[in-house]
Amino acid sequence: MSDSSIVHAHQFDDAEQQHEASWLGMWVFLATEVMFFGGMFLGYTIYRSTYPEAFADASNHLDIWLGTINTAVLIGSSFTMALAVRSAQLGARKPLVRFLILTLVLGALFLGIKFTEYYAKIEEHLVPGSNFSYAGPLGRAAQIFFSFYFAMTGMHALHMIIGLALLTALIVKAGRGRFSSVYNTPVELVGLYWHFVDIVWIFLFPLLYLVGRHLQ
Amino acid sequence: MNGPVEERRQHYLNVNYGLKSWLLTVDHKRIAWLYLVGVTFFFFVGGLFATLIRLELLTPQGDLVQAETYNKLFTMHGVTMIFFFLIPSIPAVLGNFLIPLMIGARDLAFPRLNLASWYIYILGGLFTLAAAAAGGVDTGWTFYTPYSSIYSNTHVALTVIGIFITGFSSILTGLNFIVTIHTMRAPGMTWFRLPLFVWAHYATSIIFILGTPVIAITLALVALERLFGLGIFNPELGGDPLLFQHLFWFYSHPAVYIMILPGMGVISELITCFSRKRVFGYDFIAFSSLAIAVLGFLVWGHHMFVSGQSVYASMIFSLLSMLVAIPSAVKVFNWTATLYKGSISFDAPMLYALGFIGLFTIGGLTGLFLATLGVDIHVHDTYFVIAHFHYIMVGSAVMAYLGGIHFWWPKMTGRKYPEPLARLAAVIIFLGFNLTFFPQFVLGYLGMPRRYHVYPPEFQVLNVMSTAGASILAVGYVLPLAYLIWSLRYGVVAGMNPWKAKGLEWETTSPPPTDNFEVMPTVVHEAYAYGAAESQAVYPAGKPANV
Repeated sequence: MSDSSIVHAHQFDDAEQQHEASWLGMWVFLATEVMFFGGMFLGYTIYRSTYPEAFADASNHLDIWLGTINTAVLIGSSFTMALAVRSAQLGARKPLVRFLILTLVLGALFLGIKFTEYYAKIEEHLVPGSNFSYAGPLGRAAQIFFSFYFAMTGMHALHMIIGLALLTALIVKAGRGRFSSVYNTPVELVGLYWHFVDIVWIFLFPLLYLVGRHLQ
Repeated sequence: MNGPVEERRQHYLNVNYGLKSWLLTVDHKRIAWLYLVGVTFFFFVGGLFATLIRLELLTPQGDLVQAETYNKLFTMHGVTMIFFFLIPSIPAVLGNFLIPLMIGARDLAFPRLNLASWYIYILGGLFTLAAAAAGGVDTGWTFYTPYSSIYSNTHVALTVIGIFITGFSSILTGLNFIVTIHTMRAPGMTWFRLPLFVWAHYATSIIFILGTPVIAITLALVALERLFGLGIFNPELGGDPLLFQHLFWFYSHPAVYIMILPGMGVISELITCFSRKRVFGYDFIAFSSLAIAVLGFLVWGHHMFVSGQSVYASMIFSLLSMLVAIPSAVKVFNWTATLYKGSISFDAPMLYALGFIGLFTIGGLTGLFLATLGVDIHVHDTYFVIAHFHYIMVGSAVMAYLGGIHFWWPKMTGRKYPEPLARLAAVIIFLGFNLTFFPQFVLGYLGMPRRYHVYPPEFQVLNVMSTAGASILAVGYVLPLAYLIWSLRYGVVAGMNPWKAKGLEWETTSPPPTDNFEVMPTVVHEAYAYGAAESQAVYPAGKPANV
């Protein structure tokens, strides 16, 4: 993509067709992502109905405060991402860069908190495998809960890391003035992706952290 | 029409040379060639495993390989053929090459993504080859837990990582096709003027994007279980191995339709061209592709009739599986009706197409046997199943693939293959195939189980027939490899439309220019305008220059 903002790739007739294609491509990709996470959500649902006590009990071993803070951080990052998309559409370069950086910082903060939580779980021997130890008779099914916890939040974190890489690329491009009110498709698409990853967390948080709250 | 091609006309093959111009190409036509090389390689690797299997089964004793080696052979045969040959074969080679040409576009919507898909495919293939070289994997291509996740001490993780990676190549190809078909059709190319090949690939792409991510996460969970001790399928913790089977077949049954739907698209093109007739019931064939894609997602439980799933679930899955027969039969009847009163010629692609219809009918009808609860319990995990799905995957999908390769070979290379040899190969393949797999129906019905390297002596005659057929089949597969390569240099120059076929891909030169059309086409009539509309041009403003 060159500096002249309305140039389109050779296979397209015009910039509008290119925008339409990119937009549809992102939505199709997100459909794929829904199915990808869907496999784990399905497994979670089945086991939670099979082992409701163990899932509720194990859920109390998660740090509700860190989880809540992280939820707020992530929703905040979606807000700044939405503002970044808005700035891009208005062609406002400086606010665009600023909001993208803010989104990046909030995303990194989320990951930082997440890894703190992971570290605590390692300390508490709650990582599935030979080191797993869990007091009480619910230990076996609790290990399944933590398998889901690590698989689901791990896949989510992986998507966050990819999102941070995409944001970094956007910040560099935005800083060079590659986006304008006419051409800002990449910002819009990364925005969609970022909101998707956010929504996945919005489902993960209650399913993993809040299941057993009523027991305390 | 078939004007002589000027000596130095520039086209996608001679626009530049050198390894780099191929490995970094973003031209969908060249990427199709990259895939062609890849899938051909894996086809012969998978064929090598099959050869060893058939040699072992020549005698009732285990005299060629041990049980462990035999388990690895059928696993690697299945993994290679399914994930690295059948799934990418028609979509990634012919679909890649033809979809932009057929809809009148310069390329796919995302050319760089298209190239990336190929590299992802090759990377996944390398993982799987590494697993094979390191000693193989013995779980069967189905990777059933807990054997795959806990007990097998072969290279399961490496193999499933390879399949996981390759899955993304399928997803990106499907995404590219869907977006291209939606947004890049030429002026006048309405949805109901699309060639049925394109409809079939659209349906396939839906399965690619909705099914593949499920197998990806499922195999990822198996790998995480092996590598890090996660316990989602582990029965020791109360995990449910059946959950794995559900998730696995949720993709892997639709994957059967990934393998067959593109082939059905090819057959629709071949039957119309070599009958010189408009296709019978265009709308029905188009929608039957979509119906197969959608119904395909609702039938996975028929793989689990004896796995301990609820009998009520089995009854529903049985019924739904039978429903798939309806759109499949619609296609077969419509192709047959297209043949009726057509002026049929028996060129090699048509021989493959006719072979397809017969073999697909047998494969499809025996599928109904297997969808029937009582019969399935008798023939479950026997050679009846093996014969059934080879009739679909080899008898149908590979026949369609070869028919398509022959049909569009002049477009891809600008040269014709040697017709008499090609007809001979098609006949050899048909005969060899039936001799290989028909006896397996009988073997299975008599009770010979799959996945054993030894068997009771009374089964030997039928096994010898099968192995004999496999050697004939091998000759049939090597022949096209030889003469197609030969024709690249020595074949007769084809001209732009050697079959006098309809469809935009025949309205450009052979081989096409990098941007596919000298003048971007406008479409003024529906697909398959054979017969009355034979003389109408697709271009209202006359033929483009340079034709």
